[in-house]
Amino acid sequence: MDKQKSVQELDEVVVRFSGDSGDGMQLTGTLFADASALFGNGVNTFPDYPSEIRAPQGTVGGVSGFQVHLGNQKVNTPGDFCDVLVAMNPAALKANAKWVKKGGMIIADADQFNEKGFQRAGYKTLDAVTELNLQDFKLIYAPITTLTKESLKDSGLDNKSIVRSKNMFALGMVYYIFDRPLNFTEKYYEVKFKKKPEIIEANKKVLRDGHIYAGNIHAIPNTYVIKPSTTRTKGKYRSINGNTATAWGLIAAAEKANLPLFCGSYPITPATDVLIELAKRKDLGVKTLQAEDEIAGICTAIGAAYAGNFAVTSTSGPGLSLKSEALGLAVMTELPLVVVNVQRGGPSTGLPTKTEQSDLMQALYGRNGEAPMVVIAASTPSNCFDYAFWAGKIAMEHMTPVLLLTDGFIANGSEPWRIPSMKDYPAINPPIVPEGTENFMPYARDEKRLARGWAFPGKKGIAHRVGGLEKDFIKGSVSHDSMNHQRMVDIREAKVQRVKEFIPEQEVLGDKEGDLLVVGWGGTHGHLLTAVQEMRAAGKRVSLCHFNYIYPLPKNTREIFSRYKKIVVCELNLGQFANYLRMNLQEFNYLQFNKVQGLPFTVVELVDRFNQILEGK
Amino acid sequence: MEEKYLQYTPQDFKSDQEVRWCPGCGDHAILSAVQKGLPEVSKALKYNLERYVFVSGIGCSSRFPYYVDTYGFHGIHGRASAIATGVKVANPTLSVWQITGDGDALAIGGNHFIHAVRRNIDTNILLFNNQIYGLTKGQYSPTSPLGKITKTSPFGTVEHPFRPGELVIGAQGKFFARSLDIDVKLTSELMVEAAKHDGTSVVEILQNCVIFNDGAYDYITDREHREDRVIVLRHGEKMVFGKNRDKGLVLSGLSLKVVTIGQGGFTMDDILVHDAYNSNPGVHMMLANMEFPDYPVALGVIRNVKDSTYDDNVRDQVLEVMKDAKIKSVDDLLNSGETWEV
Ligand SMILES: Cc1ncc(C[n+]2csc(CCOP(=O)(O)OP(=O)(O)O)c2C)c(N)n1
Ligand code: SF4
Repeated sequence: MDKQKSVQELDEVVVRFSGDSGDGMQLTGTLFADASALFGNGVNTFPDYPSEIRAPQGTVGGVSGFQVHLGNQKVNTPGDFCDVLVAMNPAALKANAKWVKKGGMIIADADQFNEKGFQRAGYKTLDAVTELNLQDFKLIYAPITTLTKESLKDSGLDNKSIVRSKNMFALGMVYYIFDRPLNFTEKYYEVKFKKKPEIIEANKKVLRDGHIYAGNIHAIPNTYVIKPSTTRTKGKYRSINGNTATAWGLIAAAEKANLPLFCGSYPITPATDVLIELAKRKDLGVKTLQAEDEIAGICTAIGAAYAGNFAVTSTSGPGLSLKSEALGLAVMTELPLVVVNVQRGGPSTGLPTKTEQSDLMQALYGRNGEAPMVVIAASTPSNCFDYAFWAGKIAMEHMTPVLLLTDGFIANGSEPWRIPSMKDYPAINPPIVPEGTENFMPYARDEKRLARGWAFPGKKGIAHRVGGLEKDFIKGSVSHDSMNHQRMVDIREAKVQRVKEFIPEQEVLGDKEGDLLVVGWGGTHGHLLTAVQEMRAAGKRVSLCHFNYIYPLPKNTREIFSRYKKIVVCELNLGQFANYLRMNLQEFNYLQFNKVQGLPFTVVELVDRFNQILEGK
Repeated sequence: MEEKYLQYTPQDFKSDQEVRWCPGCGDHAILSAVQKGLPEVSKALKYNLERYVFVSGIGCSSRFPYYVDTYGFHGIHGRASAIATGVKVANPTLSVWQITGDGDALAIGGNHFIHAVRRNIDTNILLFNNQIYGLTKGQYSPTSPLGKITKTSPFGTVEHPFRPGELVIGAQGKFFARSLDIDVKLTSELMVEAAKHDGTSVVEILQNCVIFNDGAYDYITDREHREDRVIVLRHGEKMVFGKNRDKGLVLSGLSLKVVTIGQGGFTMDDILVHDAYNSNPGVHMMLANMEFPDYPVALGVIRNVKDSTYDDNVRDQVLEVMKDAKIKSVDDLLNSGETWEV
């Protein structure tokens, strides 16, 4: 290796891997992120993939990307723009060039930049630099395919397997640039391909050759180090994405309630992985039922809740639409149920693989009748665990359906997570009705929570009937009495509002008063936080109020809002939360910043907008 | 002390709710058949009362759970099969009964119905077939005969009806039986058979809606013709019917044929013996599809075949995986896989 090259220290860096859907970019990015996390960096990732499983090879529609943001501190977003772009073909370069910082480095597989490649990607010329205006970037054309073939010519592998390893060559190059050790990734091969030693060896060789190649070419003048974070709390860490965290949080709630977990679901992007993660957990007694549709998913869950399991169903936008009627049934029967909705771009099938926050109104009100239920939103990949846990706790202790909102961005994004211990989580004590309770009244309530009792079939002496028809206030038998209906509508609302007394007060990041309060909810947390931190570092009187508990709103919300000159509500929709706040806290003036492009905010656009607001524009 | 399950009477299964079906509705007879059948089921299977859960969708028939004094769930239209499935998977020791109408099970709930049958989840489905939508006051249903005049088909329907038995067997159903609302004894008997069967048991009960489809089954229920127009099948017995027990079914080529014993050279030896346990659905399908006037309508257990059930498979798989699992708690799970110390 060329020791002459200088080593520069950086605080943070963003790397984006991009290639054809079949090029293995998601894995490459994940390996880079995991190696960096192990090294001790702050890490945040964002996969960006097309909804077609295999769009025509080499086309822009088929480009799959994975962005990794590393820092010597905790990083809260995957980064707006990248410092290094790996582009495995002309289509990847075309699709991603706009995401590279001015002067950034682009590593491209020269072998793919031929006439055919340009043509498939829809270039007008055979000159990517001029056509895409890349004069100011550091473009490294490396013959990655050829070098991979050369590296593995004696491996005994067939040509297809050899070519498939080229992503590891590229990864080796990136490891060189950022001075990353190879051993973590080598270990990964050993575990993953345990039964195929020849694949382990081949991958190791390609990775190392990529590393060596990058060290030998003179096109890479510097290598960079991003030091391990020193501010992180000591402890054991793992990497976690939002969907896995959600699934595990639900299992944790079942464990704390000492009840079996039942999940009835139907696959849908980007929520499927919640079902997949739960299906793996037969070892913890989890029962998953892949239903015939989303309606059956929620109805099996309601049946399971009636029969005494902690029941959940997971879905995304179109599936939530199908579940509406049954959500009303869960409200009426006052059974515990957690519905996870991983939001994606809508309406209709919309943008299945892109992120959005546009199901909020549906979550709050998308049902016939007055059908209130608790709505909670997770805001980072790892806190999906906590909010799934709390969703379960609230559902079971308050005897109500709870809708947990996440989104494609945090569901697929990952970050290092200090592994919690279950002893630090509270017990869950559902109001289970004991066998043989005398004069059992199915709709009698406890005074604190207004929750009715949960009476499991199979127990002696408490047989009862529930259903979707209006219930008598105490007996739970069918009642068409008009005053009884008013009373029941009121008490169902009051029961959900009562949850306010059991959730934490809303927190504010920054000063308790100021010129501007930035308000957000759910998966935009990392971007809003970073933007507000930047503003504050520049001396601006800006604070962040980011919501996880949406229905009901935390008790102190009004009080917080009253202490700022201006409020701006930022969300990835046309203003659903802003309008919800207008309904509930009418005395404030809400400015909005909205974006509906299937993409997260960028910190840059947030900071720009906040500055404009401060300047009165 | 004698176990409680041996002592139940129909009275034990009567709830205090006022029964609200129209006077003369076939549902009354079915309710009394169920209240008579449950003590029998309890005796046969040693079930205590608290083990029963009645789940329904929406329709006149679906009001049923309010009238039996067991656990009950009155769901939403068409979804009873899914709700019942959830109840059973959550607690496989429960005896789950689904009450559903022809609209509830076969129109809005068709998808859930066939999938419950395909999964062979151990529930008992009592399908009240009145060939009409009762609760919504008289629109045609998926079992109304072609040409039927109803409120939404003033010139007659233009669509072919489902035959529930054919649908069940087509969905790989393992148990299908049929009864008449007025035949309380047979309905109770079939309930016991359904309960004994592990897997989805579908009992179609031909039910008269006096208000919107009165007399739809008169051709087989009136005393005068009944015995000549229905055949009650019993496993292991000859397929014989008729007032004089002189008619029977034989196989002619690939079809069933009605013959008179002692005529045309047919003797009792030629008459088919009913084999409900045969896994081959061929004859069962033909029996389930028999329609008047070419054939007698088949009652009794038409098909009763053993196979593994969904709920058993779920339980077995969980136990199997748990047996030598490394992960035994959420803490184990959180600390599994790739981790590192800071
Ligand atoms: C989602 C929905 N759509 C429509 C209805 C109206 N509806 C209630 S019962 C019914 C049909 C009932 O017919 P069937 O299932 O045959 O039962 P029956 O009343 O004849 O016993 C309909 C259309 C409803 N309750 N819910
Ligand atoms: S409308 Fe028909 S099915 Fe409904 S209760 Fe009356 S008679 Fe029975």
